[in-house]
Amino acid sequence: MSLERFLKTAVSSWMSEEGPDSDIVLSSRIRLARNFKDYKFPTLFSHEEAKVIIVNMEETIGKSDFQKFGQMELLKIDEMQPLQKRVLVEKHLISPHLAEDSPYGAVLLTENEEVSIMINEEDHIRIQCLFPGLQLSEALDAANEIDDWLESNIQYAFDEKHGYLTSCPTNVGTGLRASVMMHLPGLILTQQISRIIPAINQLGLVVRGIYGEGSEALGNIFQISNQITLGKSEEDIGRDLKGVVSQLISQERSAREALRKTSNIQLEDRIFRSLGVLANSRIIESKEAARCLSDVRLGIDMGYIEKLPKTILNELMILTQPGFLQQYAGGPLRPHERDIRRAGLIRERLKMEQEK
Amino acid sequence: MICQECNQRPAALHFTKIINGEKTEVQLCEKCAQEKGEMFIFTSETGFAFNNLLAGLLNIDPAFQKQSQSPFHQEEILQCENCSMTFPQFLKVGRFGCAHCYETFEEQLNPVLRRLHSGNWTHNGKIPKRIGGGLHLRKQIEELKNNLRNSITQEEFEKAAEIRDEIRTLEKKLAGSDKGGE
Repeated sequence: MSLERFLKTAVSSWMSEEGPDSDIVLSSRIRLARNFKDYKFPTLFSHEEAKVIIVNMEETIGKSDFQKFGQMELLKIDEMQPLQKRVLVEKHLISPHLAEDSPYGAVLLTENEEVSIMINEEDHIRIQCLFPGLQLSEALDAANEIDDWLESNIQYAFDEKHGYLTSCPTNVGTGLRASVMMHLPGLILTQQISRIIPAINQLGLVVRGIYGEGSEALGNIFQISNQITLGKSEEDIGRDLKGVVSQLISQERSAREALRKTSNIQLEDRIFRSLGVLANSRIIESKEAARCLSDVRLGIDMGYIEKLPKTILNELMILTQPGFLQQYAGGPLRPHERDIRRAGLIRERLKMEQEK
Repeated sequence: MICQECNQRPAALHFTKIINGEKTEVQLCEKCAQEKGEMFIFTSETGFAFNNLLAGLLNIDPAFQKQSQSPFHQEEILQCENCSMTFPQFLKVGRFGCAHCYETFEEQLNPVLRRLHSGNWTHNGKIPKRIGGGLHLRKQIEELKNNLRNSITQEEFEKAAEIRDEIRTLEKKLAGSDKGGE
């Protein structure tokens, strides 16, 4: 497959489009957890119940007059190849839990991949909206619309006191997890991040790496999300998160300016060295690739590098993950082969820009 | 290298123990290590899952501890009548079996929810439209009653009267919708 064609099929809109504040915020995500009232939760349900839920969802989609987000496609976990699942995980469209531990799971995807609805994961339904840039309220509105539409066809598990009932008590109430993915190289280079993360935690928010719990902050990318789902309204949860994110954006911007003032030439050197590595290396590990991509992206955002699009970091961070590389190669690769492939893919992608 | 304990088998495990700042190196074969109980780090479940934490939260709840410790009137194990999940089972997996579990385990659950959601234990967000009607009205009335109390304590009686009228109309509407719904 040519790289150009591969990109067309591989890249979802949040990776290739720019949104508000997209020099720092890569994407905004809203997730709503919902359950059917009369069926056991996925912790305990039988194969038959799981099937009924999928059929129910299929029917809802089938008869639907709801076309705002376009046609939806249903993919069943047990009918997918391991590589295909891995790619969806790397694109943040399904969770590792759905891919690995949910034999009766399925996912509904819209064409532009802004909306994905996981079925029979930890909860019966998980609605997810993933938008480029800082668009929390837009994503929340979209998720609410889908929720309202599903609710007109489905009886949700809900009680007045506890709100939407979820399998795990950490999600009960609104069932809402709002998260924002941010690129914060300035705060890392100025060593402020270690001071900032504990402060964010104190506000009831969680900071994690790019691939969720326990993952490293590869490429200086952090995910910030709410911890509390009960007792606050959806709007308040979104607003609180947005408040902290806006603070971080202005701190990151001033860190970048401070770097430009105090160590301009060192910064420029670092950025162009990284660009050199990406453009010329023949073998590159994912960590090094992430570090260089972060530098290059910083260079683009700060105007040192002019001819590359901003979205190249989002895109290549995802495309150079093991699953994607193997899909691009058309089969399984050993780690060493992956590093060669990765270097090749990055070189080719950068060349594509030069030829434009 | 030979095992320090049995001096026979080759040492397979190398430990560095630091006790009160004093560092000692230990070389053991697998068998001796197991016997000495040094293997616990390997045999115990790897990873620290959320449900371990949750179980911890539930167990430090004093009310719950008292109940389980009293040997005289041993209470029946709580079990959800809909999905037959028991409370100990919930502690183990950290997930409920069905929507009904929230009622069954309500008493045990509230203190946990408070800890998980920084003091909150009641829902304050979206309400599904279908269950909706009456519930929306009741929430609105509740809010107005709060406002009413506030205006009375602040001696804003004109405003209080307005709010009282508003509550009355809503209550009429609520009575109407309840009848209509049945």
